[in-house]
Amino acid sequence: MARKIPKIAVYKFASCDGCQLSIVDLEDELLEIGQRFEIAYFMEVTRAVKKGPYDVGLVEGSISTPHDVELIKSIRKDCKKLVAIGACATAGGIQALRNWASVEEFSKYVYAKPEYIQTLEKSSPISEYVQVDLELRGCPVNKYQLLEVLSALLAGRKPNTPTYSVCMECKRKGNVCVTVAKGIPCLGPVVQAGCGALCPTYSRGCYGCFGPMESPNVKSLASKFIELGMDKKDIVLMFREFTGWSKEFREVDRLIEE
Amino acid sequence: MKNRVKTVKVDYLARVEGEGALYIKVKGNEVLDVKFKIFEAPRFFEAFLRGRKYYEVPDITARICGICPIAYQMSSVHAFEDVFGAKVDGPLRELRRFIYCGEWIESHALHAFLLHAPDFLGYDDAIRMAKDHPDIVKKALIVKKIGNDIMARLGGREIHPVSVCVGGFYKVPTKRQMEALREDLKKGMDLSVELLRWVADLKFPDFEQDYEFVSLRHPDEYPFNEGRIVSNKGLDIQIREYEDNFVEEHIPYTNALHSYIKGRGSYMVGPLARINLNYDKLWDLTKDTLKSVGFKVPCRNPFKSIIARCAEMLYSFEEALRIINEYKEPNGPRIDYEIKAGRGFGCTEAPRGALYHRYDVAADGTVLSAKIVPPTAQNQKRMEDDLRAMAPSVMKLPYEKAVWRFEQAVRNYDPCISCATHFLKLEVEHS
Repeated sequence: MARKIPKIAVYKFASCDGCQLSIVDLEDELLEIGQRFEIAYFMEVTRAVKKGPYDVGLVEGSISTPHDVELIKSIRKDCKKLVAIGACATAGGIQALRNWASVEEFSKYVYAKPEYIQTLEKSSPISEYVQVDLELRGCPVNKYQLLEVLSALLAGRKPNTPTYSVCMECKRKGNVCVTVAKGIPCLGPVVQAGCGALCPTYSRGCYGCFGPMESPNVKSLASKFIELGMDKKDIVLMFREFTGWSKEFREVDRLIEE
Repeated sequence: MKNRVKTVKVDYLARVEGEGALYIKVKGNEVLDVKFKIFEAPRFFEAFLRGRKYYEVPDITARICGICPIAYQMSSVHAFEDVFGAKVDGPLRELRRFIYCGEWIESHALHAFLLHAPDFLGYDDAIRMAKDHPDIVKKALIVKKIGNDIMARLGGREIHPVSVCVGGFYKVPTKRQMEALREDLKKGMDLSVELLRWVADLKFPDFEQDYEFVSLRHPDEYPFNEGRIVSNKGLDIQIREYEDNFVEEHIPYTNALHSYIKGRGSYMVGPLARINLNYDKLWDLTKDTLKSVGFKVPCRNPFKSIIARCAEMLYSFEEALRIINEYKEPNGPRIDYEIKAGRGFGCTEAPRGALYHRYDVAADGTVLSAKIVPPTAQNQKRMEDDLRAMAPSVMKLPYEKAVWRFEQAVRNYDPCISCATHFLKLEVEHS
């Protein structure tokens, strides 16, 4: 029985383009994706635009301007299923560092005429403004997880993506723990798996691309870092990077002081 | 009728990286207005880099661009090595060129075949183009994948790789791991010869300008990470002199910061500029293939940048193979250096052109100030000058064709708006 080909739309907000690029980086599967889905809106790839509604919307980037707020609301109406992809769309991204600073001062520092800049005080994940059906983590997303999400959407099932920590992946790879063996601070124990424990494999600590795992013990890890002789300020910096604005990491400074 | 005002508007330019728009207004032969607008949200990288530690900067600036993260990592590590007086040499320097080859290959293959080639043949996108030209698109995807593979082998993943750091790498490959890439690289090199021949055969609009081409130039090699900044009109400076020679200016009609060379004007960075200024440094296979398709430097037709891009793709395979042949495992993944206060400069050749970084650092390695000038920001004024120069003749085409030609002309520059935005002015006039 012939099935209706689902219409897919890919949107971009404040971001580096890396997550939507991950689709194009599926070189072996790209042409087939183009057959299994009707690519109805994907500005980075095609100038052809088909009108909504769409079966699936993939959203990259964080909400950071008044215009974004309006746009994401209309996108939500246009898409039956809305999937937020990447650290910007799921945690506000690196640009959420403004959330602890004055965006006015930031504008003045970067732009000669800050009065022209229209921007919100905060950079926020998509879920802050609209209901999201699925979140895929990563800075960038893992392209094979993205493929799993696309396959799951086609099959009408739930995607199989882990919620456990990077440590699990690291152990499975047979890596020696960089923190225990070398005293290198690593966010692995509190960060969600998905990257394949990349950084520890490269002899460095995890820096948190995939955001917090389910129920992370941030406080305990931070005290381990203090034991290693790390400065409190540097510990805060470590958590406040690509997924720093996630709920679980956001208040790391307070947790350290407790 | 003849002097009717005609306007072309493209509200959201497709097949470029990021969000931009076009606006062109012509009356007869007189061009009234040309705008290449940026409406991507600002992310304030330079502002939030202040207070970060120097060792975080290569990871953070990589996030300016998902297509050219290595360029951001390379310009930043060179700037910090400049502050600390560290000189990365030997196999570590070679590995930096090697990973850059990977980025040029994936980025050039992406742009030339998935974003730009469809314009020459009248397809909306490469997926549609693949229905009629499956062979070319598939070959380009294979080449792109090999480029990505180089980045992933050295850096763990193709987008935002994790191995580059100040002083070298977190981890370096063994001789054997490098050898394992050899067969793929040979295959990629052969395919790149075919792809280069194919693009050289496309039909190019007749359009030339008297450009000032700007790129790095190095006495011994085609430029990636080091050299002097030179132009075909007499510029020849050290990287640290960049800001004495290039300025950004507010142009009232766009509210955009435009780069230009002091006392002259707009200029072009990127593959066409690089090849015009460094042709003698290409390897033989690339030179011979270019010769056989009749490509000569200087080339002043920006539509032919697709040829330069594919030539650099081929060169990158030649260079990567040379590096594998000569590779000796370094003594350690990175060199020692002493953290100290100071100011440092870095400029490397991103796929889209020169990418300039400057940082001030405190004695404990905290960043005090940052300045980043991405290639697209440098090309923006030049893009508009191209559009202005071609507008009177292009406007004579039927509307749809004119729109498409202007889009194609912007894509000649492979603009990367995500990169440019954190420093360019936003266009606030929403129509």
